[in-house]
Amino acid sequence: MSAMTQQDEQKRRRARNIALAVVLFALVILFYFITIAKMTGRAA
Amino acid sequence: MSDASFIGQGSEAGHAGLDAAYAVRAAEAHPSDYLALLKPRVMSLVVFTGLVGMVLAPGDLHPTLAITALLCIAIGAGASGAINMWYDADIDAVMARTQGRPIPQGRISRDQALGFGTVLSVASVLVMGLAVNWVAAAILALTIGFYIFIYTMWLKRRTPQNIVIGGAAGAFPPMIGWAAVTGDLSLLPLLLFAIIFMWTPPHFWALALYRSDDYARAGVPMLPVVAGDRETRRQILIYSLLLVPITLSPWALGLAGPLYGGVTAALGAIFLALAVRIWRGNDERPAKHMFAYSILYLFLLFALLLAERGLGWGA
Repeated sequence: MSAMTQQDEQKRRRARNIALAVVLFALVILFYFITIAKMTGRAA
Repeated sequence: MSDASFIGQGSEAGHAGLDAAYAVRAAEAHPSDYLALLKPRVMSLVVFTGLVGMVLAPGDLHPTLAITALLCIAIGAGASGAINMWYDADIDAVMARTQGRPIPQGRISRDQALGFGTVLSVASVLVMGLAVNWVAAAILALTIGFYIFIYTMWLKRRTPQNIVIGGAAGAFPPMIGWAAVTGDLSLLPLLLFAIIFMWTPPHFWALALYRSDDYARAGVPMLPVVAGDRETRRQILIYSLLLVPITLSPWALGLAGPLYGGVTAALGAIFLALAVRIWRGNDERPAKHMFAYSILYLFLLFALLLAERGLGWGA
């Protein structure tokens, strides 16, 4: 595998890891607010 | 071996051939490739119609839960798109319109797409059920299952009626949005379902008229491939004639206001005029116009319902 390809793959892996971290963080936030909404049990 | 030789009736031999051909040059996928698996353009129309169903429904839903419901609709629709790409990779590889997708390009393997789609499908239904309600979750599950099993696996490669029956999958989102608020269904969401259901055949047959070579090469029995150009033009006119009265039914039944009724009648007249042009002609131009206009048409119908509700003009 050439150095260029390896570097390119590392960049893609890094981008994928960052995307996964963002998604997981967003899910934590979403589930937190869902919990609050369900616990307060009020309609908008 | 050419790509075309992989095509069969969704055969394992065809898919195994694809796996062998593309696995060797499968590189690490970029996040944008996973996003492409979710068919974001299709997703946007699905989310919009789901939102309209939600806004029209009587009652209130906590904003967080409303956003969650829309997210679940979007993810569920996208996930079924990813599973569709897993199953139809052999077709996608030979059609000009779909050759650039991540699987034919070798950037994502079929197994990765299947895993991604399955996890998101299950997650979207579970979150919808736990956070919003189980009626909306059940309709979402039905939508995903209908698109994958009924349309993709059963109808698409077997009958020119594929998009007529399969169109139901794209018509469910307003019902999901409505059910997310009310926990049940009534006449208006069923009419919204009927509008999208009847809109789908003229929309896709207009596309198929000028892409028929592509579909024929891929072995997909779209109407122009199986029944010919003339019959397709006739069917587009018939379905358009059926569609327009259905679009007016929410107003006629007192479920939408005069703004919707008036503008929908005018938009429907344009739709019918385009259908007549397709029927009378032999060239591709009216079909291209119809395809582009049909997207705007559906968007405007639902936007009108949204506007009436916002202005308090709805019935």
